[in-house]
Amino acid sequence: MAPAALPPSAVSLRDAVALSGRFPLLAGVDLEVAVGETVLVEGPNGAGKTSLLRVCAGLVPLASGHLSVLGLDPSRNRVGVRRRVGLLSHAAHLYDDLTVRENVRFAVRAAGGDVARIDPALERWGLVGRLAKTSAGKLSAGQRRRVALAVLTARWPELWLLDEPHAGLDASARLLLDQAVRDAAASGVTVLIASHEAGPVEDLAGRAVTVTGGRVTGTRDLVPVASPVADLGDVAPTDGPVAHVA
Amino acid sequence: MWRDAMLVAGKDLRIEGRSRVALSQVAPFGIVALVLFAFALGPDRQTMARGAPGLFWVAVLFCTVLAIQRSVSVESSDGARDGLRLSGIDPAGLYLGKAVAVAAQLVVLEALLTVGVVLLYGARIEVPWMIAVSCVLGTIGLAATGTLYGALSSGLRVRETLLPFLLLPIAAPVLLAGTRIWQSAMAGGVPAQGMQWLRLLVVFDAVYLAIGVVLFGPIQETA
Repeated sequence: MAPAALPPSAVSLRDAVALSGRFPLLAGVDLEVAVGETVLVEGPNGAGKTSLLRVCAGLVPLASGHLSVLGLDPSRNRVGVRRRVGLLSHAAHLYDDLTVRENVRFAVRAAGGDVARIDPALERWGLVGRLAKTSAGKLSAGQRRRVALAVLTARWPELWLLDEPHAGLDASARLLLDQAVRDAAASGVTVLIASHEAGPVEDLAGRAVTVTGGRVTGTRDLVPVASPVADLGDVAPTDGPVAHVA
Repeated sequence: MWRDAMLVAGKDLRIEGRSRVALSQVAPFGIVALVLFAFALGPDRQTMARGAPGLFWVAVLFCTVLAIQRSVSVESSDGARDGLRLSGIDPAGLYLGKAVAVAAQLVVLEALLTVGVVLLYGARIEVPWMIAVSCVLGTIGLAATGTLYGALSSGLRVRETLLPFLLLPIAAPVLLAGTRIWQSAMAGGVPAQGMQWLRLLVVFDAVYLAIGVVLFGPIQETA
């Protein structure tokens, strides 16, 4: 009898070590994430969660070990990996002198994305009307976060790396984010969520891995909960490949 | 590559259009520098006219440092540089786009400084096309080297002081060639000597553009 085919890995890390100078960011990480899986990366501050996501995004090179992202080696095909990966980090990566809409448009065009998805993404995050024409420099931290999320959902990459995704967001934006993650997962997108507080995002993931001291020290299965959001009002999700499914 | 270059150049020029740093700060700085040079040289118009070519290019060099620092700082705030890296944009396109945006600003600054030199120093330009060509070629060289060294210093805490230290010696050939071309253009007659310096600028530009296209990506990843 032929063995059952293993699902292809979206992220494969084996004995991965990453350094910042002599300081170890990752100290031998082993992690396999299947395509379409949503994984919560939990751990205390300074455990290496952000570094793990930055390594997966191809922003931090490995000093040793093996890394494959969506079947590609980031050290050899950096651009190819980055075009297929989206990272929501602590910084929103915005230009203060450009408007919300100009920022999203530039980011999507730079990534080779479809500009037709910009307006639906802006609507999804409530960045419409005068707000879309406001300079990013005049936005609050939470609004900047929404713009970064609009870039992510307009691009709709194959691998989402979300670093403390709820940070800085109000309750309605958190619900929108949770829905966007569910939509992404339903469309086959792989999602890695790093959080030092497992509670708020635990419902989104099917598995949690614990990172401590730059290593994966534990893993546990989770049960994703269906969206509790019945009515998101006028900022309901309107974009993304599975908007019609949600 | 060219699509990315135009995208980045458009973005940088739009930011400059909104912030007006080049027009409201860098250009006045260049004019003030010319005025101070005039004070230092004294009231003799002949002495000022003789020194005009060199002083013009020194003022352009100072303005270049400021324009490059602004170009670097645009990418330093809110992790914008990481955003560009994450987009998977072609590094060569990014380099050329940043250089084009800086060059566009420098051309405008040079036009203003040329007027300043003529009015303040009484400089008489006999061969205007040679001045124009020297400004275009000098601008390309300064933008090419400045963008490259700006990226080199961008990841460092001391970039504000390190950039002039790195850039000014490298840009010395532009200063030298530009000054000689201006001297020829002001002297009139057959501009044979000026042509030699123009050729030097062409080679300088080609070399640094090629180096920038090749090295900007690796520098950006390690800076």
